[in-house]
Amino acid sequence: MDAEITLTVDGEQRTVTVDTRTTLLDALRERLGVTNPKKGCDHGQCGSCTVLLDGRRHLTCLSLAVANDGAEVTTAGGLRGADGGLHPVQQAFLDQDGYQCGYCTPGQVCSAVGVLEEIEQGHASHVSDDLEADPELTDDEVRERMSGNLCRCGAYVGILGAVKQAAAASSEGGAA
Amino acid sequence: MTANEVTPDPLRSTSSIGTSLLRRDGVEKVTGDATYAVEHPVTGPAGEPPLHAWLVTSTVARGRVVAVDPSEALAHPGVVSVIDHTSAPRLADTSDRELAILQDDAIDFRGQIVAVVLAETSEAAREGATLVAVEQEATEHRSAFDEDVETYAPESVNGGSETDTLDGEPDEALARALVTVDATYSTPHEHNNPMEPHAATALWDGERLTLHDSTQGPRPVRGTIGPLLGLEEEQVRVLAPYVGGGFGSKGLPHAPEAAVAMAAMTVPGRPVRLAVTRQQMFALTGYRTPTRSRVRFGAHPDGRLEALRHDTVSQSARVKEFAEQAAVPARVMYAAPHRATTHRLAELDVPVPSWMRAPGEMPGMFAHEVAMDELALHTGVDPVDLRVRNEPEVDPDTGNPWGNRRLVECLRRGAERFGWADRPVEPRATVDGEWWVGTGVAASTYPMLWMPGNVARVRSLEGGRYGVAIAATDIGTGARTVLTQIAADALGCPAEAIEMDMADSDLPFGSVAGGSSGTTSWGTAIVAAAQQFRADHGDSPDPGVETTAASGQYADMDGHALHSFGAVFCEARVHRYTGEVRVPRMLGVYSVGRVVNPRTARSQLLGGLVMGLSAALHEEGWRDPRTGHTVTQDLATYHVAAHADVQQLDAEWLDDVDEISTPMGSRGIGEIGIVGTAAAVANATWHATGVRVRGLPLTADHFLD
Repeated sequence: MDAEITLTVDGEQRTVTVDTRTTLLDALRERLGVTNPKKGCDHGQCGSCTVLLDGRRHLTCLSLAVANDGAEVTTAGGLRGADGGLHPVQQAFLDQDGYQCGYCTPGQVCSAVGVLEEIEQGHASHVSDDLEADPELTDDEVRERMSGNLCRCGAYVGILGAVKQAAAASSEGGAA
Repeated sequence: MTANEVTPDPLRSTSSIGTSLLRRDGVEKVTGDATYAVEHPVTGPAGEPPLHAWLVTSTVARGRVVAVDPSEALAHPGVVSVIDHTSAPRLADTSDRELAILQDDAIDFRGQIVAVVLAETSEAAREGATLVAVEQEATEHRSAFDEDVETYAPESVNGGSETDTLDGEPDEALARALVTVDATYSTPHEHNNPMEPHAATALWDGERLTLHDSTQGPRPVRGTIGPLLGLEEEQVRVLAPYVGGGFGSKGLPHAPEAAVAMAAMTVPGRPVRLAVTRQQMFALTGYRTPTRSRVRFGAHPDGRLEALRHDTVSQSARVKEFAEQAAVPARVMYAAPHRATTHRLAELDVPVPSWMRAPGEMPGMFAHEVAMDELALHTGVDPVDLRVRNEPEVDPDTGNPWGNRRLVECLRRGAERFGWADRPVEPRATVDGEWWVGTGVAASTYPMLWMPGNVARVRSLEGGRYGVAIAATDIGTGARTVLTQIAADALGCPAEAIEMDMADSDLPFGSVAGGSSGTTSWGTAIVAAAQQFRADHGDSPDPGVETTAASGQYADMDGHALHSFGAVFCEARVHRYTGEVRVPRMLGVYSVGRVVNPRTARSQLLGGLVMGLSAALHEEGWRDPRTGHTVTQDLATYHVAAHADVQQLDAEWLDDVDEISTPMGSRGIGEIGIVGTAAAVANATWHATGVRVRGLPLTADHFLD
């Protein structure tokens, strides 16, 4: 059975006909040609398909497209600035070499943007000592929060460095 | 076209080599704009969109297909066709039975392709695959890699090495040795699991097959798929601009590539996309065979080895032989006058094992380096000193002088930086809260491999720029970037002046990105072509002139033993009550020749260490011996290292130049990082707890009393 839905993808409103079995990931990749989110497992186990869905990081392979009519999706491709320049998180991944093959990378980048926002909003994680206090951006907090995004190339050291670089850039930007 | 063979001179100066140039394809990767195998917007000549293929696989481990009933599938909206062994195109060459799919009714392992569904959408293809009724007849099978399994000696082992070697009288020497180690070490099924599942888009236009493939070697795929389908090689074009990791599993073509190519032949003018599911990868795309290695050392009380034996057994598939060369590293590691190595295979009704990062070295050095730790205990010699004491003056295997063996320096440097000397000698000596704490060391090694046949083309462009072409791939290694640097230094121009053209089988021959041979082999060819270009056209060439050169053998493989070495130091913590193992600190120190790009090299070495850590802590595939089914066939049940597993991790390298191996002074770095790493972790867990674990992975149950 087909259904028509509307999504805002990377700032652009798109109307698309999907099968009711179509995942949000396949709607993006196969119906809209937006292949920035990658498919690594199709079962919510690897994180490669992570996007920001209505501002929060989300595994698109675990959602049906029809359940997301009207949603706003930001992929790694849509994180660029208005001038086309890289997002500070993307620049940090480049600088820290937080990737190798690049397949998990768009998901890592979206996840990192989400992590920084979650810490900013005071969300605790499994490794937060005090669930009430504002979490610090410690190495262990980043490692824990980024653990839903597998990287088989093993670029975790660079990914950690990238998240910290981006956080530092954003706090400098905030102070200015 | 045959290019003249040129053997290059060493690079006279290096200004681009040695710099941390950012990856040339970095922006595409961090934005997701990089297009992988099923992401290319391929359409037919009249704009026809691609069909989606879905594989139907066997559910018995051995037997035959009695009948395939496609009627329900074909009745499903969107399903276009079902291809089975009665309707599939006939292959021209069926000698490789892994690739000769759908040619007869035989089932050789569980998970084998028995039908392919083509449909207008992936949803219809997937549902159609569940609706294909495959009647199978099961016959008796054997898929368990038991202790009592029957074995045979293969003619040779992976890489072309000898199956067995014998020097002196090891059994007699072992019998009279004052100190001995005799233990059996095992490694489990390990699955490569690159993040991009194997995938391809194929288009047959009636004359040419175009394959956007996720492969480590466009030319090797062309050279295999062409003859398989009865086509001239030139009728096949393989493109792989971005490859989401491979780790060996995309090094040799596997059955899915044959399936998508055959499917495309049935629908001329219509592209076909096939994305193998994560689950299907566990049976169809190669894996590391389980191994059992019996290691015997006979030593003097001061730790010097007098005799060693490494006898290894691994699993092979009845449908196609693969012989993991796990005892090969024992031939080069340490001096001992009496030595033997043997390889035996158990032929089972299982999927075909294949390459996984450092085949042979990884499981073999796990065994060898844990055995060295046991010898250190028995002799009371420090594990670092023990290895130094057994340093061979020449290669024990060939008798050749070493090209550049600097293992001792790696050990010494690592020990100093890690703080090895502070370690208590006794195991189970350090407790920190609820954790036992220990440290361990292991050596690593990987051979310098150079692949013949590489050809590169250099062409001058407008504005002092140069186009450099070779059909090599960058699977995440950084090849696109480091080859740019090599070309720049070979031509004496800045890296920005180089336009690298790769990953297209229509370009001059590039060998597989495997065996840590890529930069060595392609780089040597690029230097040869660049030097010949300058000889042909001078320093101020007119735009449009070009030189194509085939690489002569530069590496002195006959006169010298060419290997890389390294040392891995590790701190492990084992939870006193749960047995959980954590690795807070790990350091690898390597001698790998000159490093072309420190930024990407570091990622390669760290990535190898992470994969070794992953093998140490988690990775274990399970096959149900009753059904032949791999029950751990996703990333929730087959665990790989996640971010939180990796804590303080570092890699460094000795200042090195190896002009015996390559004109760049470099050697390969893709695999050595995984070698020895799991042994270092195992040795550290022994030091923490006093519990010797001789099989991977080091799961919690081992450490519970």
